[in-house]
Amino acid sequence: MLITCPYCGPRDVVEFTYQGDGNRERPDPASQNFEAWNAYVYDRLNPAGDHNEIWQHSGGCRAHLRVVRNTLTHEILSVAFIRGAHTSTARRKAEDKS
Amino acid sequence: MMAEYSAFSLLANALKGNKDWKPAWRKPDPKASYDVIIIGGGGHGLATAYYLAKEHGITNVAVLEKGWLGSGNVGRNTTAVRSNYLLPANTRFYEHSMKMWENLSHELNYNVMFSQRGCLNLAHTPAQFDDYARRGNAMRHLGVDAELMTPAQIKRLIPALDISDSARFPVVGGLMQRRAGTARHDAVAWGYARGADRRGVDIIENCEVTGFLRDGDRVTGVTTSRGDIRARKVAVAVAGSTGRVMQLAGVETMPIESHVLQAFVTESLKPFIDTVVTFGMGHFYMSQSDKGGLIYGGDIDGYNSYAQRGNLPIVDEVMSEMLALFPGLARVRMLRSWGGVCDMSMDGSPIITTGPLPGMYLNCGWCYGGFKATPASGWCFAWTIAKDQPHDFNAPFTLDRFHRGLVIDDKGQGANPRLH
Repeated sequence: MLITCPYCGPRDVVEFTYQGDGNRERPDPASQNFEAWNAYVYDRLNPAGDHNEIWQHSGGCRAHLRVVRNTLTHEILSVAFIRGAHTSTARRKAEDKS
Repeated sequence: MMAEYSAFSLLANALKGNKDWKPAWRKPDPKASYDVIIIGGGGHGLATAYYLAKEHGITNVAVLEKGWLGSGNVGRNTTAVRSNYLLPANTRFYEHSMKMWENLSHELNYNVMFSQRGCLNLAHTPAQFDDYARRGNAMRHLGVDAELMTPAQIKRLIPALDISDSARFPVVGGLMQRRAGTARHDAVAWGYARGADRRGVDIIENCEVTGFLRDGDRVTGVTTSRGDIRARKVAVAVAGSTGRVMQLAGVETMPIESHVLQAFVTESLKPFIDTVVTFGMGHFYMSQSDKGGLIYGGDIDGYNSYAQRGNLPIVDEVMSEMLALFPGLARVRMLRSWGGVCDMSMDGSPIITTGPLPGMYLNCGWCYGGFKATPASGWCFAWTIAKDQPHDFNAPFTLDRFHRGLVIDDKGQGANPRLH
């Protein structure tokens, strides 16, 4: 698997650390909404197909990345910095596919 | 019931040219309805059908399998069987399974080649050795066998192991469960399939579930690639495909992630190791099959995947770990590798429960330890389906334990499935 880091270019997957499901929404730290915290910690969409996920380029520029990747084929559809203008594109792609 | 396979039947059939053997299971067409439908014709689904018929007299049962029987994880694992857990809920459940393994060939009249060759966890630091002592004591407290071994004892047991001080991670001791071992995984699937079939269960292969029939909230059957089938009870035992199947039932999220685990086998060697050994400074385990191939594996790839194949970094890691323990294997050729999809739960422990919808029963969350659980999983799931309540053995393995704060996290990793 090659992941094309927006900063460093195409790099082998060993340089990256998987940070898990990117669909989860972390509640406000002050929130006492029990269900929202439970859902954030334990519930997963786990789709067979395009998956919106977070990777860190830990062996490179150390940027956190939002990656849309197909869990059936391992094909990588989009990579973007998690903050900034690219983020919305990745999200839209993930939403369009779902 | 007279044993179908025996020395006598072997001889009689040999004299008749082996033309009269019955197929081990029929190939029936699905009926319009059943008392119980089990989705998933893997080890757990087939064992569930077997115990429903044998223990509870429920024989109007169909097992629906998308591919061919045993094409999933029951034929893809590294065949280790053990019950060396720390937490009481896991220890009791897996020890129940171990006791069932000890009589399984006899029970099924099918040689599953269960070989209690032991399972040795290697410790590479004094702290890890202390931790193994704690786990060994926890096991013995619940009546499970465990013993600590010194490096000298380990060297006698596994002469090929690099036990020197110059090893990358010197071995300081180990925790041995002598009653652990290996079994022939295909035989487990075939033995349960034949046992269930002979008691009247319909095993329907090439039958993919495409949706659920509903009456309000209640699940009343399934739509499949071979037509609609109704049932009073629908049981789901689909391991890595749990997320996909539950989404067909409208359950969007589960405390499960599907990950790919790879396994490997070498060319056949002369007798090299007669136990199961695990590396303590990474994640590696190895045993030798009766054919002579070394069967081994390591960690999951570590990202969500439904592909039954992995990537090269884990291959590299597993080989490195193997050579750290056994430098003498450097020139041995790897024969095959493959991948299976594991249903990684949020605490590393399984789920065997009624629900989550009325009329539905759920068996999942096996991470990569489902094979050794096969007999107890089927036995407990059958109990749960027949009586609409869990047995004591699987009562802790609920689906709502995560939301209730009752997780069973043997490894203490938290809600991070790729680390279990």
